[in-house]
Amino acid sequence: MNLLDTLLRCVATLVVFLVLPLVVGQTEHKVMAHMQGRLGPMYAGGFHGWAQLVADGVKFAQKEDVVPSGADRRIFQLAPAVALLPYLLVLLAIPVGPGGFVGQAIDAGIFFVLAVMGIGVLGSLMAGWASANKFSLLGGLRTAAQLMSYELPMLLAAASVAMAAGTVSLPGIVDAFHWWWIPWQTIGAFVFFTAGLAELQRPPFDMPVADSEIIFGAYTEYTGLRFALFLLSEYAGIVVVSGLTTVLFLGGWHGPFSDSLGWLWTLLKTFALAFVVIWLRVTYPRLREDQLMRFAWTVLIPLALAQLALTGIIKVAIS
Amino acid sequence: MSTLLAAAGSLEPAVRSFLSPTGQEIVFLLVGIAVLGAAVVSVTTKQLVHAALWLVVTLGGLAVEFLLLTAEFIAWVQVLIYLGSVVVLVLFGLMLTRAPIGRSPDADSGNRWVALAVALAAAGTLVTLVVDAFRTSWIDLSPGAGSTEATGTYLFRYWVLPFEALSVLLLAALVGAIVLSRNGKGRIPRPRPGKLRTPVRSVTAASKER
Repeated sequence: MNLLDTLLRCVATLVVFLVLPLVVGQTEHKVMAHMQGRLGPMYAGGFHGWAQLVADGVKFAQKEDVVPSGADRRIFQLAPAVALLPYLLVLLAIPVGPGGFVGQAIDAGIFFVLAVMGIGVLGSLMAGWASANKFSLLGGLRTAAQLMSYELPMLLAAASVAMAAGTVSLPGIVDAFHWWWIPWQTIGAFVFFTAGLAELQRPPFDMPVADSEIIFGAYTEYTGLRFALFLLSEYAGIVVVSGLTTVLFLGGWHGPFSDSLGWLWTLLKTFALAFVVIWLRVTYPRLREDQLMRFAWTVLIPLALAQLALTGIIKVAIS
Repeated sequence: MSTLLAAAGSLEPAVRSFLSPTGQEIVFLLVGIAVLGAAVVSVTTKQLVHAALWLVVTLGGLAVEFLLLTAEFIAWVQVLIYLGSVVVLVLFGLMLTRAPIGRSPDADSGNRWVALAVALAAAGTLVTLVVDAFRTSWIDLSPGAGSTEATGTYLFRYWVLPFEALSVLLLAALVGAIVLSRNGKGRIPRPRPGKLRTPVRSVTAASKER
């Protein structure tokens, strides 16, 4: 555990952070297109438009960076960084393979991950307020309300897994995993994944950026690279939530040949979940704001509490 | 208990001098100065939302201080509760009511000198208490002393009663908040798509009468 080792791990995490969200973004383009009976990007880069997102990035970088004259300049410019950085930090703690194949092993891993993810909302709030635009402000408010109500079921579902494993460290949880955890923790997995979707503001929970009502919510006034950073944080969020669900509920690196191919299993499961995220976006219409809140408080939280009780009963019974 | 105490570091009188600080202590002091600065700015700034955002810096800095004292679990809980929930609630409340961009001169309270006096008195009491209680004792920080396991053992073996009493207090506060927020006028009808609610209808009726 020397300095070079730590540095290498951080650089590797940064590379993953820059590559995986783009892969998910490209997958989304193609999957959405095929589900809607079209081809999606086909020209950029030649083979099936693989370079479309690179081209998008170049386009974003060329655009003028506009700050509205009535805006609070410094906070407006700081907001994208506040929204993006938490996901980078979270990625550092997600274990990929057995035997220390993780950015940094953190003792209270679940707490770290959920705590840091909660900071991301500050970015949206800052963006919404500093834009001096009423649609932005409404979007920021919706983001805050949504995150406050969906963080609770997420925490409860994660607590259920921590109870089952008897540890709060993420590698420790995957180590303790057995196949029969999957039926045991199904409800928790559903609650966690749904609340994660809501936390990412992905459809059907994308009220904060509902384009037919409030243009693009908190990000309405953003252009160029700063807007691209917000988009990147959304895709990084998909990777993080899928990865976390994999690690907590689907057994992470467990699978055939997990000693040598553990990392591949984690990646495969993560991408399968990311595919589900895209699938849901194409399938479901957007919920109304009051339906969204009612769903969190009357469905997810009771389900999460029931899962917690079930975990406790079985844990006592088998110990 | 003795093993736990040993894990948490000894309370022996100092054998070290204050003039040869380790790197950790220097970082601790620097972060402490930053926290103090952010706290002062957050109560003196004229812009409401900036005050809340400086509070973010203050509370985040406190989490870093906990980390430097090897209390990892407490640090993450600090981030989860204070940064992720309390500050977001404060910002949410500000934006729901009144949060102009720029200065808000009417936010100055006439009580600020009294508040300053109370704050100074409280700080003085706390500093005197801590200095008097620990004097020259020195806590050796070893990694893992503030881990989840150690914290859990302390909390649920030795301090269970205060912990439970606190949870009852929180429950009472929760029930109180619910009672206060109910106005006792019965349920508000749920909005339905395509149907006007009664207040709107009465307004149109009134305008027709005129």
